[in-house]
Amino acid sequence: MPLFRADLHLHTCLSPCGDLDMSPRALVAAAREKGLDMIAVSDHNSAENAAAVIRAAGLRPMVIPGLEICTVEEVHVLGLFETVHAALSMQDLVYQRLTDQPHRPDLFGDQVVVNEEDDVLGFVDRMLIGAVSLDLTQVVAAIHERGGLAVASHVDRPMFGLLAVLGFVPENPALDALELSRRVDPGRFLAERPDARGHPLIRSSDAHHPDQVGLAWTEFELESPTFREIRMALKGENGRRIHALYPPPRPTGMNAAGG
Amino acid sequence: MTLAEIRDALGLTVLAGSKGLDRKVTGGYASDLISDVMANAPAGAVWITLQGHVNTVAAALLKDLAGVILVGGRAPSEDTVSRADAEGLPLLGTDRTAFETAGRLYPLVG
Repeated sequence: MPLFRADLHLHTCLSPCGDLDMSPRALVAAAREKGLDMIAVSDHNSAENAAAVIRAAGLRPMVIPGLEICTVEEVHVLGLFETVHAALSMQDLVYQRLTDQPHRPDLFGDQVVVNEEDDVLGFVDRMLIGAVSLDLTQVVAAIHERGGLAVASHVDRPMFGLLAVLGFVPENPALDALELSRRVDPGRFLAERPDARGHPLIRSSDAHHPDQVGLAWTEFELESPTFREIRMALKGENGRRIHALYPPPRPTGMNAAGG
Repeated sequence: MTLAEIRDALGLTVLAGSKGLDRKVTGGYASDLISDVMANAPAGAVWITLQGHVNTVAAALLKDLAGVILVGGRAPSEDTVSRADAEGLPLLGTDRTAFETAGRLYPLVG
């Protein structure tokens, strides 16, 4: 079965912390340059730029629409969906449960909605930074109700990572995968975190700038690069599987942390 | 000082684990990162947090904490309540903030 490179956690200029250069065309160009077959668009609490990236990409890379949701516990969870419609349905729920405080771009950065030609269509006025009033269990259930995959983001990170916030991987809900950031060596991580063993592990760049696209990725063994195939791989069904996490560990003596 | 005495002094609501209210409190700890509590909270402390996730109960048991005060009017999830009841770990609630709660608690157990 062929191998596909997937970086399933990318931000665009819609995320207040995302670089304004992170436009659909720039993102797609960076993904192609890095040889990525699949990417996911996952802005903070919003999917408003997902369709633009899908259109900008055309046939390659394959783009999965999603959101990175901040739960009431302040755990970041990726919701990845088969269709833009499902992602926007999740966005509707998230918007209902976000603070209605007006956004302050001077403090947090612009939230830019663009089209596939990188034209600015407008700005999101609500504050996308911040947590929804739904707990982790409720967020994962809502993702699953919409046919999506729920992945705990950057579980190794000290802020907003599942393990730092909640101490250990909870028994419930059933997350579809745990994501490791580009800053941690997977082997070392698993040696230190036995509670993470037994969960599907992926690795993503969490890029906020075009230069960061593809700094980490997951290699999947799939029939074809589709959302359904990814889901099968995370469940280990029909020979689909996670093949490897990249980049590989650095040689002994070098510090894998940093940046 | 016992948790029941602290409940009375601070006007806290018992949310779960009432059978453990006679537990002795020998200190306090305030944090919303459960990993930090698991690393640093001293045994016997009452833990001030707004983290109502069920993992809060497990971390409190792991560290032999006396109980948990959930601040800011936060509601614990259903599984948090049932786990705290099953373990007899008192979960007390207040609408006050962590700052106000810690300030009132400090002269009592600090």
